[in-house]
Amino acid sequence: MAFYIARRLFWTAIVVAAVIAITFVVFYLLPAGDPALRFAGKNPNAQQLDLIRHRLGLDQPWYIQFFKFIKNFFTGDQYGWPGLGYTFAGQSSVLHLILDRAPRTLLLIAGAAVIWLFSGVTIGIISAVRRRTIIDRAAMGFALFGISAPVFWLGLMGLYIFWRQLGWSSGTGYVSPADSITGFIGHMWLPWVVLAMLYAAFYARMTRNNLLETLGEDYIRTARAKGLTERQVIFKHGLRASLTPIVTMFGLDIALLVGGAVITESVFNLQGLGYLAINGATTQDLPTVLGVVLLAALAVALMNLVVDILYAFIDPRVRYA
Amino acid sequence: MTSSSGERMLDVRGLTVRFPTSDGIVQAVSDVSFALSRGETLGIVGESGSGKSVSNLAIMGLLNRARTVISGEVEFKGRDLLTLPPDELRKVRGKEIAMVFQDPFACLHPMYRVGAQIAEAFTAHSDAGKHAAWSRAVELLDHVGIPNAKSRARDYPHQFSGGMRQRAMIAMALVHNPDILICDEPTTALDVTVQAQILELIEDVKREFDIGVILVTHDLGVVAETANSVMVMYAGRVMEYGPAAEIFRHPQHPYAWGLLDSMPTIERRLDALVPIEGSPPSLLAPPSGCPFHPRCPYRFEPCATKLPPLKVPADGAHLDACHLPYDKKVELGAQRAKKVAA
Ligand SMILES: Nc1ncnc2c1ncn2[C@@H]1O[C@H](COP(=O)(O)OP(=O)(O)OP(=O)(O)O)[C@@H](O)[C@H]1O
Ligand SMILES: [Mg+2]
Repeated sequence: MAFYIARRLFWTAIVVAAVIAITFVVFYLLPAGDPALRFAGKNPNAQQLDLIRHRLGLDQPWYIQFFKFIKNFFTGDQYGWPGLGYTFAGQSSVLHLILDRAPRTLLLIAGAAVIWLFSGVTIGIISAVRRRTIIDRAAMGFALFGISAPVFWLGLMGLYIFWRQLGWSSGTGYVSPADSITGFIGHMWLPWVVLAMLYAAFYARMTRNNLLETLGEDYIRTARAKGLTERQVIFKHGLRASLTPIVTMFGLDIALLVGGAVITESVFNLQGLGYLAINGATTQDLPTVLGVVLLAALAVALMNLVVDILYAFIDPRVRYA
Repeated sequence: MTSSSGERMLDVRGLTVRFPTSDGIVQAVSDVSFALSRGETLGIVGESGSGKSVSNLAIMGLLNRARTVISGEVEFKGRDLLTLPPDELRKVRGKEIAMVFQDPFACLHPMYRVGAQIAEAFTAHSDAGKHAAWSRAVELLDHVGIPNAKSRARDYPHQFSGGMRQRAMIAMALVHNPDILICDEPTTALDVTVQAQILELIEDVKREFDIGVILVTHDLGVVAETANSVMVMYAGRVMEYGPAAEIFRHPQHPYAWGLLDSMPTIERRLDALVPIEGSPPSLLAPPSGCPFHPRCPYRFEPCATKLPPLKVPADGAHLDACHLPYDKKVELGAQRAKKVAA
């Protein structure tokens, strides 16, 4: 097992390094203009531009910059470890910027994940157990709605109804839980629900289908033949097998959102990591983009590893294979 | 509870099972009646789709009542299982009537330890603690011939061979010393060498626990060796039913002759087997009259229009459902016996 984890960690590092390298290449190949121009004021002369390029390190070939980035990452820089450099724009620490913004995104994901996991799985179970009843149809109708409704539309509708009309939400923007816990929840509950909607719909459908498939298995008939109650049959024998793939999906969905909750973040003006990434990309601020990309890639790669290990604990067939 | 061999335990009368489907009503079992006594092995034989499994699932209450129409009576210890409330029936399942299924590879939950699954069958009907249930599981695994039962109980099903899994299923069925053990093709999925061991185990278990066994199988050889009585089913109906010795010595129904002639024995070489021509009818639209008449070489005038009742055709004979006059059956049966001997 230890060897397995070590090997997986090695490959994780390779993948993350490749992602960073690709980001570098894209940044240099995309003809988006010269970042130095942004900082040079009106009508810069060539000398000024060269100076700025030198200061930003842009006068070196991309691969040198890449290796510098990697080296700084491991050795740290003046802002601490891991070294992520400083932004072109504010000449401030990317690490600090990320540490400042990450809690917003992570709390958004955490709240939404709790909601979608519980509501999705619960709805899926009820739907499967009450198959072909009104309840099932209503639940699957909701799921179809959740899957097809665009997040920005849901967000705007939610804001209009629950903030403007009913006043139940405190609206857009972010309040740190350290400052005011009620303010935090007042601002966050709506984005949590909106972000959770799509996933809850997916999870409900998947739970329902997995459970229905499992309930048709021969070992479920065995469970009934033993004289177990229907509750034991469904919750012990049925769910055990049908939730395993959902655990895998849950881990990866959470990880993907680290860099992928951009739309929700911007509809609710939360200014988290997605905001950083978009801002960085539009202003050609390579270090900021790299910082977020690195974090997102690490999240996905590590979560992948966690999920695989977890899977082995859940499913004995994997463990002993 | 007193248990004496020969005591009548199960009385099935007019069991009929229909599945309403989008294509129409599937008449899977029609008017099936039989009985089972303690210490008896009843063999149920018939081609695929003849309603053997459905009959037994109906007895066990394992058919979804919401999507099945069941009628008739299944009398067990003075109660009709078909009208028992679901929770009462649940208390019978696995406790008084237990079942072993065809595919041991699919019948055990892949994610629970074998011992735990057997222990669970025990706690389903008793207040025993976890520890006691586990000991019972180990004891039974040992009893059905799993070596190192104590440590093997901690294994998962995929670590067991097919034969061991079927042994585990039998162990699971025995945790409460049931009155009836239903085995639905318990050896079909197993290697030939293992098949014999499992059948032997079932026989041993029957004697030791003094239970009644219903043994469903395609294999007439198996029935010939172990069954006391035999029921031949076709298209959901009983074609012939009686003591095993009589059925094998004087089979009365052309379908039974067909089954016997298509069965390999030590005397008969494989190329001498005569399969029954044609295939079983659709149960959505079964043929009129005798369901076997389209395939029957001896069909005559009433067969296509009139359903033959199940009755004893003459003194000293056993139950069959065939229009042929009894003399004719005896004559054809004798010819057939000569051919087999030749
Ligand atoms: N749930 C169901 N819905 C519709 N038809 C069904 C259902 N279950 C069984 N049947 C049909 O009932 C008939 C009898 O099936 P059954 O499983 O009892 O046959 P069997 O004699 O056990 O055959 P085999 O030897 O292949 O196990 C088959 O034609 C089958 O297609
Ligand atoms: Mg069957």
